[in-house]
Amino acid sequence: MANTTLIGAITDALRIALQQDERVIILGEDVGKNGGVFRATEGLQEEFGETRVMDTPLAEAAIIGASIGLAVNGMIPIAEIQFLAFAYPAYEQLVSHVSRIRMRSQGRFSAPMVVRAPYGGGIRAPELHCDSPEVIFAHVPGLKVVVPATPYDAKGLLLAAIADPDPVLFFEPMRIYRSFREEVPEGYYTVPIGKARVVQEGTDCTVFAWGAMVPVALQGADLARKQHGISVEVIDLRSLSPLDRDAIRDSVMKTGRAVVLHEAPRHAGFGAEIVATINDLALDALMAPVMRVTGYDTPYPLFALEDAYMPDAARVAEGIVQAMNYEIGARL
Amino acid sequence: MSVDSIRVSQKEPQVSTDMLQRMYELMWMMRQLDRRAVALQRQGRLGTYAPLEGQEAAQIGSALALRVQDFVFPSYREHAVAYVHGMPLKRILLYWNGRYDGAMPPEGVNLFPVSVPIATQIPHAAGAALAAKLRGLDQIAVTYFGDGATSEGDFHEAMNFAAVMELPLVFFCQNNGYAISLPSRKQTKVQRIAEKATAYGMEGVTVDGNDVIAVYLAMREAVAKAASGGGPTLIEAVTYRMGSHTTADDASRYRDASEVEMWKARDPILRAENALRERGAFSEEWVTQVRKHAEEIVTEAILDMQSEPPVTLDQLFDHVYRDMPKELAIQKQEALSRQAKGESVRG
Repeated sequence: MANTTLIGAITDALRIALQQDERVIILGEDVGKNGGVFRATEGLQEEFGETRVMDTPLAEAAIIGASIGLAVNGMIPIAEIQFLAFAYPAYEQLVSHVSRIRMRSQGRFSAPMVVRAPYGGGIRAPELHCDSPEVIFAHVPGLKVVVPATPYDAKGLLLAAIADPDPVLFFEPMRIYRSFREEVPEGYYTVPIGKARVVQEGTDCTVFAWGAMVPVALQGADLARKQHGISVEVIDLRSLSPLDRDAIRDSVMKTGRAVVLHEAPRHAGFGAEIVATINDLALDALMAPVMRVTGYDTPYPLFALEDAYMPDAARVAEGIVQAMNYEIGARL
Repeated sequence: MSVDSIRVSQKEPQVSTDMLQRMYELMWMMRQLDRRAVALQRQGRLGTYAPLEGQEAAQIGSALALRVQDFVFPSYREHAVAYVHGMPLKRILLYWNGRYDGAMPPEGVNLFPVSVPIATQIPHAAGAALAAKLRGLDQIAVTYFGDGATSEGDFHEAMNFAAVMELPLVFFCQNNGYAISLPSRKQTKVQRIAEKATAYGMEGVTVDGNDVIAVYLAMREAVAKAASGGGPTLIEAVTYRMGSHTTADDASRYRDASEVEMWKARDPILRAENALRERGAFSEEWVTQVRKHAEEIVTEAILDMQSEPPVTLDQLFDHVYRDMPKELAIQKQEALSRQAKGESVRG
C-alpha cells in the first residue's frame, strides 16, 4: 500500500500501463520533459523515453485526431488535454469520429483511447480553466465518461479506462488533486467503469455527486445531520456514461428523497438526467421533488466570484432540508 | 510558384503501356459508375451522392502509386481511390444508399470510412503515420481532401504535427476549383495550395491533376520519400469537378458554362486515350473490350447493391460500444418490438 494523493495515483496508474504494454503511449502538451502542468506525467518521459511519452505541438484537435489514427493502427494512446475547457477545438474529433468510428465501420475499426483532462473550479485559476462541461460529452453515444473522486478510484478507474475496448474520457477534478491522501494498493487493479459507489449510507435523503463535489456532498450531509438530525446517503456516481441507473434506483427507493449536486450550470446539466432516471425507476418512492444544487446558469466566473458560484456544504444542506420539509401539495 | 511549374508527365515514358492501359480502364469504369450513380439518385434509387467526374486521373493516378499496406484516409468524393485500394464497388454504393455496411472496408483493406466533416480526417492520417513510425512498419498514411479543407484548422494542425514529427505521410489535395460554390481564388490568397507546405517546413508539389501519369509519378515519389524516412509531402493535384458538389447541388448557379467547356477539353480520360494512341496502344478492339468489361462490372455492382437484404436494427445498436450497455439493450428491445408490431399492422 502507498499513501498517495489523487494525482499521485494517476501517475502510478500511467506508469503501470506504460510498463505493462508497449502499445501504450502518452501524448499531449507539456507532458514530456515538463511532466504536465499539474505533474501528472512527472518522470515518465525520463523513465520510458520520448517515443512513449510524447510532447506534441499545441493543437488539441490534432492530439485527439491523431489519437484516432494511433488507435486504429495498433497503439493505445492516452492523450492529455491540459484543461478540459481547452478541449473545445477537439470536440468535433470526439463527437464526429472518436465516438462513431466503431459504429460507422460496423466494428471493423475502433478507437480505444483515454483522454485525460483536469476540470472544475475551486483553485483560483485563470479564466476558462475551470469549466465543468462533462455533460456535453456524456450526451454523446459511443463515449464513456468517468470521473474519480478518490486516489483509490483514480488509479483503478484509469487502469480500467486504458484496458477498455472503447474510448474513455477521464476527467480529473483538479481541486482535489492534492487535497487528501489515502492508502492505495501497489500494482495493477481496476475499478469497474459504470458502477457507482455508496460513500456513506443513510435513510432519509440521497445526495448524488461526482468528482470534487463528493467531499462537498459529505460536508453538506454532515451539516444536515448535525443541525437537523437528517440521515443522508451519499453516492459517488464515478461514471456518467454509462450511468449506474440501478444504484440511483436502489438508493431513492430506500430514502424517498434526493438531491443532485454538480458544479456545472443547472440548465440541461447532468443533474437533469439523474432526475429523469429517478422518474423512470423510482417515482413511486419519491416523497419530494428532486432538488438540484448546482452552479448558476452563468459562465464560470473569474475567481473573485468563484466562491459565490460554487456549490458548498451550506447549499447542499439547504437542498437536503428543502427535500425533507417538502409537503405534498405545497406548490399547488 | 507559377502555373508553369506544375509538373506534367515527361516525354520519356516512365510508366509502362500496360500500366497506362490499366489507368485508362479504371478511369473509364469509375466514370461509368459515377454517371450511373447520379442517374440512380435522380430515379430515387440512391441517396444524395457526391460525383467525382473530372477527377478520375487525380484519384486513380495517386491510388495506383500506393502499396496495399498503406493506410488511406479519404474525404467523401474518393470513390475511385477507395476502389483501387480494395473497396468493393457494391459497398461504395451501399454507403451512398444510407447504409453503414458501405462504410466498412473488407478485412485487410487499410481504408478509413468516408469523412464528411471537412478536413477532420487529416489528423487521423497523422496518427496512423505516427503509429507506423513508432511500430517500425513499412507503411505510410495518405489523406485526401479538397481545396476547401485547406482553410480548416484541422488541416493546419495536422500539417504542422506531421512535419514536426517527420511522419511517413502524404497530404493529397485535389484542388477541383470549388468548395461547393466558392472558387479557389476566394478560398486562399496563394496561387498554389502547395505553397502552404512551406509554412510547415514541408515539401509542396503541384501536379496537373488531369494527367494520370504525372499524378502517378508525383505520388510514387512522395510515397517512396515517406517510406524511406524522408517525411511528409503536400501534393496539390489541379483538377476540376465537372459535376455539381453533390446531387443536391446545382453548379450552374455559380459557374459559367464556358469554364466547364474549357475543362472538358482537358478531360483526363481523353488525355489518357491520346497518350495511348501515341504509343500505338489504343485499338478499337481493345477499347471495345475495356468498355464492355467496365459496363459489366458496374452493372453487377449496382445489381448487387440493389439485391442486398434490408438493413436490420443490429446496425443501429450493435456497434456503439463493443459490449452493449444495459440501457441500450433495453432500447434495442423496444425498437425491435416496435418494428415487429409495425410489421404485423402492415400484415
